[in-house]
Amino acid sequence: MADSIRLQVSRYRPDTDAEPHWQEYDVPLRKEWTVLDGLNHVKNEIDPTLSFRWSCRMGICGSCGMDVDGEPKLTCGTFLTDYEPGPVTVEPLANFPVVRDLVVDLSDFMAKLPRVKPWIIRDDDHRTVEPDVEYLQTPEELDAYKQFSMCINCMLCYAACPVYGLDPEFIGPAAIALAERYDLDSRDQGTRERLDVLIEHEGVWGCTFVGECTRVCPQHVDPAAAIQRYKLKAAMATVKAFLLPRGGR
Amino acid sequence: MSDSVIRAAHDVLIVGGGGAGLRAAIAIAETNPGLDVAVVSKVYPMRSHTVSAEGGAAGVIADDDSLDEHCYDTVSGSDWLGDQNAIEAFVREAPRELLQLEHWGCPWSRQPDGRIAVRAFGGMKKKRTWFAADKTGFHMLHALFQTSLRYAEVTRYDEEFVTRLLVDDGRVHGAVAIGLMSGRIQAITAKAVILCTGGCGKVFPFTTNANINTGDGMALAYRAGAPLEDMEFVQYHPTGLPFTGILITEAARAEGGWLLNKDGYRYLQDYDLGTPTPTPELRSMELGPRDRLSQAFVHEVEKGRAADSPYGPVVHLDLRHLGEALIDAKLPFVRELCLKYERIDPVHELVPVRPVVHYMMGGVSTDIDGATPLGGLYAAGETACVSINGANRLGSNSLPECLVFGARAGRAAAEYASAAGSTPSVVEAQATDEVRRLERDLLGKRPGGESIAAVREDMQATMEEAAGIFRTGPAMAKGADTLAELQERIGDVDLADTSRSFNTELLAALELANMLDISECILQAGMQREESRGAHQRTDFPARDDERFLTHLLVHRNPDGRSRIEHMPVTITRWVPGERVYGR
Ligand SMILES: Cc1cc2nc3c(=O)[nH]c(=O)nc-3n(C[C@H](O)[C@H](O)[C@H](O)COP(=O)(O)OP(=O)(O)OC[C@H]3O[C@@H](n4cnc5c(N)ncnc54)[C@H](O)[C@@H]3O)c2cc1C
Ligand code: SF4
Ligand code: FES
Repeated sequence: MADSIRLQVSRYRPDTDAEPHWQEYDVPLRKEWTVLDGLNHVKNEIDPTLSFRWSCRMGICGSCGMDVDGEPKLTCGTFLTDYEPGPVTVEPLANFPVVRDLVVDLSDFMAKLPRVKPWIIRDDDHRTVEPDVEYLQTPEELDAYKQFSMCINCMLCYAACPVYGLDPEFIGPAAIALAERYDLDSRDQGTRERLDVLIEHEGVWGCTFVGECTRVCPQHVDPAAAIQRYKLKAAMATVKAFLLPRGGR
Repeated sequence: MSDSVIRAAHDVLIVGGGGAGLRAAIAIAETNPGLDVAVVSKVYPMRSHTVSAEGGAAGVIADDDSLDEHCYDTVSGSDWLGDQNAIEAFVREAPRELLQLEHWGCPWSRQPDGRIAVRAFGGMKKKRTWFAADKTGFHMLHALFQTSLRYAEVTRYDEEFVTRLLVDDGRVHGAVAIGLMSGRIQAITAKAVILCTGGCGKVFPFTTNANINTGDGMALAYRAGAPLEDMEFVQYHPTGLPFTGILITEAARAEGGWLLNKDGYRYLQDYDLGTPTPTPELRSMELGPRDRLSQAFVHEVEKGRAADSPYGPVVHLDLRHLGEALIDAKLPFVRELCLKYERIDPVHELVPVRPVVHYMMGGVSTDIDGATPLGGLYAAGETACVSINGANRLGSNSLPECLVFGARAGRAAAEYASAAGSTPSVVEAQATDEVRRLERDLLGKRPGGESIAAVREDMQATMEEAAGIFRTGPAMAKGADTLAELQERIGDVDLADTSRSFNTELLAALELANMLDISECILQAGMQREESRGAHQRTDFPARDDERFLTHLLVHRNPDGRSRIEHMPVTITRWVPGERVYGR
């Protein structure tokens, strides 16, 4: 194993730069070092002006997504040794506007998230129900939605999604997976409300089933499966609405 | 509006969007929908460090359990330093808060009949820890965040960093914040402010805490004139992965994991923690409290019975006998973390672990409604000290603490804000001062040659040396001297980054200044407490001394910037101080 590896990092500062450019840094190559450790070495020892997001360094907060060698990755879970002998490129996540260096603007996703109503909706509950007892939910009922509840909002799937790249109106993989998460939850009764949102043109229909989202997802959420299920649900609802114009959904 | 130094005015401003902050926001929106509430957070709320909590949240629900038993475990776990009125309120309200979260969609693990499942946890005599596999904090935080999206009346300022509280005449009136993306520095005024900024693990070099856990709220309150309480009590968790410090949750031991020294011996039996049994016994051996387990590790190292690793001495966590099916069902994240960061599969191999700084018992001193002595200033969650944790927190008490006291602080702040008058105009001048300080003194300064990373590393090394698992007066005094030098050096810190947009170097400088103040409070309180209690173990004062120290220490900031310590009595309602007994 060589004792260092070269990082090729995309730099961009809106106050001074017209466009992004590459900057190279050599960092120690150690078997337990992740790409994030490499970036922190740069920040602490070489160039404190490099900006990137990170927090938990254990793959759960969803902050540190970047394109590493052209693939969206959580940098805190991606090891430098996998890119030996280098160089390895580090860029901001594709498909998002770049704010600065490796930091992208997530406002679009943050605005879309509430649209799918990602909360428990029940006919009996307008706001507060002071709870004395749990809604029962068997382990099997929990398993039905569990996978879709594991999303950490890391945005890797948006960076990988060719549809989102072309049509930023597309609500996107993680948001749809979340809608499906609540739909499948035995405690929830909000399927119809969510369907109203997702049935719109930019909701689920844009997806062409490339499956890139599922491939890059670090939490094995399988957003592609959620989209597929939703399309089916939406198609059924459309047929029903056609056959039973009143209250078909 | 955007050019004005005052950006917006709200009724209540919550600083922090983790478990405590979001719970407070929802409480306010529900109790008084007419109030205008805002949450400012330096990261998107769902990135807050609550996300990384693994093991679970305690609340009495099982048929064989009782509120009194949870109280007793918490009181004795705190080495009798916890305030018993706060503990009683906490224990009483925790189950309902956890049920509330259930109604908000948290995917709690279940029994076959659909009821909530509970697991054992360290220092707890009954099974009462609710869990969502071993990603409890993640599921709780996302359920809270997603539920909070329902309340359109909650304004959010995401990725904005609070640098100062605005205070006039003994009352707080808002805060100044830097918008990371825009670089804008402006004040957000409010009639009440709730600090929910989390812990300060980053004061130490080796910690389970995230990069954002820099104790900002403690420093903000301290500088604004609110005292900090129980700061000498820093929790070491006995099982962190070497090098990264990533936590292996106590649930691994609750499910039956063993701690072995290099000879494969369950060494805890040598430290008055009970005798080994094949299946876990509550309040015994591996399910003893964290302070005692971390101390036992140090003794094993001294006896030469720890194993070696490239990152210093370790012991081993043995999960092999639990089998793959149980590990995958109850501890999947533990397996994932071991595989990824240690390249070890706990189904077949021993996991190397060592104690790691994990949790801050101390924090901003509050009453049981989250109120600080400063008018309109509240605090909740890890940044606060109510104090239910006293000298040692029990695992799985702090997530419900965030809920119970987040909600309480929210309701109390709402009430205060409803009655409070308007914001005085002097606040604008204060805000202007702060903007000038940041722009001129930090961003516009000539390079002084010091690097942030170097000062930070020296601070962390100093704290590890002075305020570790075992402490002495002289070592703490020496550490305090070094901190004073570091305070000088930070004045010369060189900001290479003068950009306005997403300037993480500026943030690092501000966080470092916060951490230096907190470090000083930890050592000052530690020197004053000449006894050993819970997580504060002094080899020069090895016994607990209820005569002199059954008391909280409050650290105040004098106008000259130096600290001053006062005593505050512990509230005792029903449990008189006794011996802490485990495994017997
Ligand atoms: C690895 C790990 C595992 C744990 N496991 C458990 C467990 O199983 N059970 C248990 O009970 N406890 C556990 N704990 C402890 C518990 O998770 C924490 O005490 C708790 O989550 C803290 O929540 P909080 O809301 O107080 O703060 P956090 O969730 O840390 O949130 C702090 C918030 O404040 C904001 N903030 C901070 N400073 C500023 C600033 N200057 N300006 C603006 N915003 C700011 C941040 O952006 C963030 O939103 C664990 C802790 C760790 C580290
Ligand atoms: S679905 Fe997967 S890739 Fe997409 S945001 Fe969620 S965790 Fe990340
Ligand atoms: S830093 Fe949290 S996911 Fe990588």
